[in-house]
Amino acid sequence: MSGRVLVGVKRVIDYAVKIRVKPDHSGVVTDGVKHSMNPFCEIAVEEAVKLKEKKLMKEVVVVSCGPQQSQETIRTALAMGADRGIHVEVSGKDYETLGPLQVSKILAALAKKEDAQLIILGKQAIDDDCNQTGQMTAALLDWPQGTFASEVSLEKDGIKVVREIDGGLETIKISTPAVLTADLRLNTPRYATLPNIMKAKKKKIANVKPADLGVDLTSRLEVLRVDEPPQRQAGMKVETVDDLVSKLKDAGKV
Amino acid sequence: MFVQLSHTSFAMVGIFQRSLRLRTSLRQLSFHKSTSPTDILSSLVLRGRLFPICSPFVFFSFRRTLHNSNDGPKSLSDTPPPRRPFCRVTQEDLTFFRTLLPGRAITDPDLLESSNVDWLKSVKGSSEVLLRPQTTEEVSQILRYCNSRNLAVNPQGGNTGLVGGSVPVHDEIVLSTALMNNILRFDDVSGILTCQSGCILENLSLYLEERGHIMPLDLGAKGSCQIGGNVATNAGGLRLLLYGSLHGTVLGLEVVLANGQVLDCLSTLRKDNTGYDLKQLFIGSEGTLGVITAVSILCPQKPKSVNVVFLGCETFEQLLKTFQLSRSMLGEILSAFEFLDSECLNLLRTHLKLHNPISDCPFYIVIETQGSDSNHDEEKLHNFLEEAMQSSLVVDGTVATEEAKIKALWSMRERITEALTHDGFTYKYDISLPVERIYQLVTDMRQHLGERAKSVVGYGHVGDGNLHLNITSPAKNPALLAAIEPFVYEWTAKFQGSISAEHGLGLKKRNYIYYSKSSQAVALMGTIKAILDPNGILNPYKTLPDNLR
Repeated sequence: MSGRVLVGVKRVIDYAVKIRVKPDHSGVVTDGVKHSMNPFCEIAVEEAVKLKEKKLMKEVVVVSCGPQQSQETIRTALAMGADRGIHVEVSGKDYETLGPLQVSKILAALAKKEDAQLIILGKQAIDDDCNQTGQMTAALLDWPQGTFASEVSLEKDGIKVVREIDGGLETIKISTPAVLTADLRLNTPRYATLPNIMKAKKKKIANVKPADLGVDLTSRLEVLRVDEPPQRQAGMKVETVDDLVSKLKDAGKV
Repeated sequence: MFVQLSHTSFAMVGIFQRSLRLRTSLRQLSFHKSTSPTDILSSLVLRGRLFPICSPFVFFSFRRTLHNSNDGPKSLSDTPPPRRPFCRVTQEDLTFFRTLLPGRAITDPDLLESSNVDWLKSVKGSSEVLLRPQTTEEVSQILRYCNSRNLAVNPQGGNTGLVGGSVPVHDEIVLSTALMNNILRFDDVSGILTCQSGCILENLSLYLEERGHIMPLDLGAKGSCQIGGNVATNAGGLRLLLYGSLHGTVLGLEVVLANGQVLDCLSTLRKDNTGYDLKQLFIGSEGTLGVITAVSILCPQKPKSVNVVFLGCETFEQLLKTFQLSRSMLGEILSAFEFLDSECLNLLRTHLKLHNPISDCPFYIVIETQGSDSNHDEEKLHNFLEEAMQSSLVVDGTVATEEAKIKALWSMRERITEALTHDGFTYKYDISLPVERIYQLVTDMRQHLGERAKSVVGYGHVGDGNLHLNITSPAKNPALLAAIEPFVYEWTAKFQGSISAEHGLGLKKRNYIYYSKSSQAVALMGTIKAILDPNGILNPYKTLPDNLR
């Protein structure tokens, strides 16, 4: 099976950074904060590059929707082995309200435009934890979906996907073209090595506007307020069991 | 009669206390003169005043020094010094401590266990009392009391030292600064932090990060080590290349002297040339001149841009050329330049399951850059990397800008010590050498030891000329030790290196000081020790050699 694989990557606040809520509670502080590729998107890129290395896919095209800085995220994917990138420019107010519905419309349009056989996405983004883009994209394209994939193998009659579900592991077979979303244990993303980083500088990133793809970015959601989770109260140490019982009695728990 | 004692049998020393034995045939104490018993007694009296000798039985023992033995060089690191005639802790003493520190004078042997053994589990003391003061005043009262009662004291911070300096040798009282962990003040205009000496380095880093600053030093032990201990050992670490040593970044100290007097030199001024700079004496004194109770330190701004690069080189010469290139092309943003060899990587792979981020090479470099502008830094870094790759100085590499990846790359260097502990018993050497000679010691040692050692690895702060040479063996092996020492020290002395670049002398290296310092220098150190601690109660048996006069 040869063909094109489309990988979606999202630029998010780096997971090691301490998140701060804006004073007006409209969102979190993003200015001057370290951003990087969503960890699940890294796993998606790694899987796509692996498929190309196994000669099961011909070309890996990486897509990101966002402001100018999204190009850095695309470059990282190129350094990992993707062939070319597409930057869908979304900035300002549109970027603040950009969500899974809009992104999946964009991806669906691109998949048709690029004649992709496979779309691989991360299962969810670590900033919104939506876990919706992959599923919505599959629905818009009327393609089968293999979500929470921890193992993917391309076979003659379709794709075998082992999915991580609450009860354990579920193995399904789906026909192509299809949408896959990557879970944590699918693979370990490679480090971008220097020779590849140098090569990536020369790879192409195309600029596209959502309007060119016929996508309407209006959001049907409105964020009312963002708050920090309530502070954890410190525990109390007691010396004896009697102490513990009396403290519990005082608190009305016993 | 001479009895060889291993590190783990300090408890047996007590046996020798019971008999009065004055050696009739004395070996030579120093390189140049012979000493009579009266000289020894008079030197004891010379230490200010006649201290109360509690036990009527006194045991003298002198070991042959390296250069005067007739049977060839013998390693001194396996022979702990005999107990000096300090008093022993009595019930009265315990009552005093318990009254002064309610609930914080510990005598439970189980609780004392961790304070009696060092991090490497290579030396064990037999202290019976652990004191945990919370204030400088309490430390002052403890020391005043112990000085008057002639009780030996072992100041202890995070107990992460690697030369056996942080744990008792015999029954010294452990004075822990663990509860002195308050940050006193931080001035975010000047970046000056003042805190008690028991603050854990990582906690200080987290506190400062929230205020846009960082500590000027960083080391693998940061989760446990305390700033007081760092200052007492003049810790180096991973950032020394950019921010310099503690001798420069520490602005002031509050120290309690052996007689309980509180020496307040806790200045927060960058510049103060009024008299002798006393704090410098205590930085690196390893707890033998005073107990540090508070520190004021200059902290740099938190860099807005941090990048870490992991590179692979074919030869050590290319590694050195890469270092020169990084100095010229990265310049002021270069904050760390560390190296490790392929044996280190094998240990990390085998014991900690860490994978090589790049392809296998004979040598690896970890470079860190820190700066205030990420665009500026990334451009410099990319130019440097392109140049390094094109001139084939470097055969492979990877870059990290995100915190998670930065931590992962740093762990390739920071966790080597941990991997070594899983490989077997480790003999550790921390050597300073001219940069171009650094790896030669490793190859010479490998050749010299042959099959006798399990692993011989080299890694360290090559940018500072500091090699960490480690040799492992399945179990403690005196024959292997005899092959390593004094070979390693003589090799180092041959190239005018330091036999302890940053770890200090502690217990294990105290007698090797002469490989790197002259007799006059060491004699002057002894004089200063005698002035500041006439009874010798502060961290005895450490840092200064046994045969000091």
